[in-house]
Amino acid sequence: MEALCQFFAIYGSLVNFIGINALLALSLYLTMAAGQLSLGSAAFAGIGGYTAGILTMKLGVPFLLSVAAGSILSGLVGLIIGLPVLRLRGVFLAIATLSFGEVVRIAVLNLDITGGAQGLVGIPNLTKTWGIYLALAVAGYTIARLRHSRIGWCFESIREDETAASAMGINTTYYKTLSFVLGAILAGFAGGLYAHLNYIITPREFGFSVAVDLLIFNIVGGIRVWYGPVLGAVLLTALPEILRGTGVTAGPIRMALNGLILLLVILFLPNGLVSIFGRTGQEREKAPVDAVPEEG
Amino acid sequence: MFVHVKDVTRTFGGVKALDGISLAVKRGEVHGLIGPNGAGKTTLINVLSGIIAPSSGEVILDNSPVQTLPAYKLAARGVARTFQNIRLFPAMTCLENVIAGQHLVALRPFFPRLFCLPSAGRQEKEHRRQAMDCLARVGIESKAHFPARALSYGERRRLEIARALASRPRLLLLDEPVAGMRQQEVEQVGSLIQSLAAEGMTILLIEHNMSFVMGLCATITVLNFGRTLVTGNPNQVSRHPEVIEAYLGASENNA
Ligand SMILES: Nc1ncnc2c1ncn2[C@@H]1O[C@H](COP(=O)(O)OP(=O)(O)OP(=O)(O)O)[C@@H](O)[C@H]1O
Ligand SMILES: [Mg+2]
Repeated sequence: MEALCQFFAIYGSLVNFIGINALLALSLYLTMAAGQLSLGSAAFAGIGGYTAGILTMKLGVPFLLSVAAGSILSGLVGLIIGLPVLRLRGVFLAIATLSFGEVVRIAVLNLDITGGAQGLVGIPNLTKTWGIYLALAVAGYTIARLRHSRIGWCFESIREDETAASAMGINTTYYKTLSFVLGAILAGFAGGLYAHLNYIITPREFGFSVAVDLLIFNIVGGIRVWYGPVLGAVLLTALPEILRGTGVTAGPIRMALNGLILLLVILFLPNGLVSIFGRTGQEREKAPVDAVPEEG
Repeated sequence: MFVHVKDVTRTFGGVKALDGISLAVKRGEVHGLIGPNGAGKTTLINVLSGIIAPSSGEVILDNSPVQTLPAYKLAARGVARTFQNIRLFPAMTCLENVIAGQHLVALRPFFPRLFCLPSAGRQEKEHRRQAMDCLARVGIESKAHFPARALSYGERRRLEIARALASRPRLLLLDEPVAGMRQQEVEQVGSLIQSLAAEGMTILLIEHNMSFVMGLCATITVLNFGRTLVTGNPNQVSRHPEVIEAYLGASENNA
């Protein structure tokens, strides 16, 4: 018990941060499940975080209510942004969502109510570790069950071939927007939890590099199953700390390390680390040895 | 008439892919669409399935105009199709492809699944059974658990038909369903189409394989330069001098 307390005293904030990153990675996963490449998740987390922080701090709104409000506002912004932006495909969509992220960051930098570059200071520390992990468990379970539901099949079909999906009756605009809004809601929620961890949030914490990190968590972990992004987030968030424990100061080389891991995964495990354990896309691709024409 | 295309045009830049085409398809018939490369056959099927909108003209399906509807709404009216260049969901297994194709006929609500209610499990089992039936119908049930991308060319075409059948369509549009198939497969697909028509499904198919079209279709429409050259039964069409000139003569060597 004492050892556990000691571990928490040292690594408590890391454990919290891992949970938040896993939630954020899942939020991007929701959007990527429908084949949409978004670099806007960090900005949605920012919208949720600032909204929730301002509500509790300046208006005395109860913690859960302000986190929920931030989450809903983030979802609404996702809806407004998503409808026009999701007409774009692939890299154009990524650029559009990236610009959206910049707009949010610059707005937060220049508004009074958000505290500008100094950040929003004095947010009460109300987020508990168990709360983060409860949220992660609920989100993970819900997303796992989403697969093979109507929505899940639609997302997967659109990701695989949007034209074929629409020809078999799927309203692709609706489901793409849904995936974007669900992602924004979850990102906003995670942002709200994050805001109540550290007294202070700054625009930098929701910037471009965070959006890229979230994408890397997904690709490294694997986007074929829901626990891929969680795995990616846990490993890549913990890695610098583990290295520091062994004496290597990984801080400055963290980005380079993430890049290297990303490269290795793309080269050798295109479906992500999850393809190491069994029945995912990777294995199924290799399974049919007798796939050649059988007669004639 | 189940399908009535009236004076439809479609231009791409300066190219008139469809140039005032008219066409009528009877309910429950197998209707062939032939013509030389670039005649506008695929474009017509794209218009009929809502993948592209016509520049002008009218498309009537079952007595209501549908030319402005997007693809997913046409699908809901009972139109299903396959693609000339095959558009499967490559990372899914064959069975999953067909289950995804059940979108219009399977509800699969989220909350029973979320709470693991027995009704969700029962439904899922039933959907898998129906999907297996579709695979069996096109003769690839033994490949149910193979990823679509691992299939042979002919099997992919058949899987695409199975996925289209999963939504129980009233109008099936097939864009070169037997291209690249071995003779045995061609015959299988031929008898499948016959049995579907016998059940009342209306089928419009594009094919360059002349013996296949002549043997299967009650009516054939010949397109050339985005216009209807002639419509009639196989006998009338194959004797038509302009058809012989525009199409049959040219394809004698590669048929
Ligand atoms: N999406 C598009 N964009 C631009 N041009 C197109 C498009 N689709 C078709 N076309 C043009 O329209 C004309 C008709 O093409 P279409 O694909 O309908 O012919 P087709 O009869 O199906 O020929 P094939 O037998 O080779 O499949 C061609 O000149 C083609 O280049
Ligand atoms: Mg064609």
